[in-house]
Amino acid sequence: MSHEHVSNTKRIWLVFGILSVVTTVEVILGIMKPQALHMTNMLGMNLLNWIFIILTIFKAYYIVWAFMHMEGETPALRRAVVWTVIFLILYLAFILLTEGHYVFGVFRDATIKWNF
Amino acid sequence: MGSTVTTANTVGKTWGGGNEPLGASYGKLMMWFFIVSDALTFSGFLVAYGFSRFKFIETWPLADEVFTHFPFMHGVPAPMYYVALMTFILIFSSVTMVLAVDAGHQMKQSKVAFYMFLTIIGGLIFVGSQAWEWKNFIHGEYGAIETKGGSVLQFVDASGKHIAIEEFADTSVPKEREQLLRGKGKWFMEESSLPTYSVEQVQAGFKNHPDLLIRTETIFDEATSKTAKGVHPTLNDFTFKSKHKTILTRAESEKRLADAKLVIEGANLQRNEYGSKLFADFFFFITGFHGFHVFSGVIINIIIFINVLLGTYEKRRTYEMVEKVGLYWHFVDLVWVFVFTFFYLV
Repeated sequence: MSHEHVSNTKRIWLVFGILSVVTTVEVILGIMKPQALHMTNMLGMNLLNWIFIILTIFKAYYIVWAFMHMEGETPALRRAVVWTVIFLILYLAFILLTEGHYVFGVFRDATIKWNF
Repeated sequence: MGSTVTTANTVGKTWGGGNEPLGASYGKLMMWFFIVSDALTFSGFLVAYGFSRFKFIETWPLADEVFTHFPFMHGVPAPMYYVALMTFILIFSSVTMVLAVDAGHQMKQSKVAFYMFLTIIGGLIFVGSQAWEWKNFIHGEYGAIETKGGSVLQFVDASGKHIAIEEFADTSVPKEREQLLRGKGKWFMEESSLPTYSVEQVQAGFKNHPDLLIRTETIFDEATSKTAKGVHPTLNDFTFKSKHKTILTRAESEKRLADAKLVIEGANLQRNEYGSKLFADFFFFITGFHGFHVFSGVIINIIIFINVLLGTYEKRRTYEMVEKVGLYWHFVDLVWVFVFTFFYLV
């Protein structure tokens, strides 16, 4: 265990600063919704949503690494947790979102209307 | 105590217990196991939300039109601000938690207790805020009409501003019936409360106000604008205005309103005045499940807080329990970061 018992209060406040700034940026973008980002699509989703998701993962990284002290754990534990979760979530998200998009197409192009 | 604290005088006895695989104690490793499985549970919920949203991508409610309340600012639409505040509260309580863990490493009992206390307060404020958010969502603000085909119609004025049903409903038209209460029933019969206004009152009120228009669930964009019928010529624009729902012409509005079946006020598990019912279902389920986690986190924090005060961890010479409950608390914060993104931002 590499838990050297020194106070790292400074780093904690630094991470808090980073998380606050990122959240503030998210909120500002969420309120303004810049037209250029919101209406430009890339890989099936608009740029603004991509920015939100990337910023969220950025925040998640800091929460797990600094607050949950993942950076101090052994590489084996780190990989066992992070890779497992990331792989399974990407897999699940890919399958279900693709299926959802397909069902949307079925509803849209069907001769029977479901909602009118 | 042996099960929660492992002391390292067992070198060479790999199978004899007291061994720490992956350099983490038994309790911490089990907490990581729990966190991984819980993370997958939450991702299952969020991905299911994504599935339903993709399925109804053209009619999904816009979060900006749903969550617009801020305390003491009644009637002023303030999307995002309240949930941003909640996010800050939770992040800050995460910071105090990690400060408590840090103080625990230095064996400073009173400092640990102080930071644990702040964390508990932060958690309680968050749960309270969530309850207020639920109250607003359940109560609703404008009211809407559900048609026979199941789609939701909202009302706007000539400038496209959302108008509440109570502002125009014609109450001189008699309601079709009274609510059946237990006391009036022949046998043990009753029904849930009826909406304040009946469909006939709304239709009559709409007729009396010729400037009113109907807004459908469909998001107005390049794809939907091609197929939509009776689109208002000036109020819809996807090249300049931000994302919005389609507003119909007066003639088309009257035609759609003739199909009205129900008046909806607020949201519950069956109806949702803001649009898709699934939106309300997922909102209640996911934020409710998260709120339940925060609530249990607060309870666990209180137990650990009491133990800190009693000096249990001073006697053990280790504050590892604070670290473990800290892991759980940060995980709850982590989940909220994703819920925040997928319910309010994206």
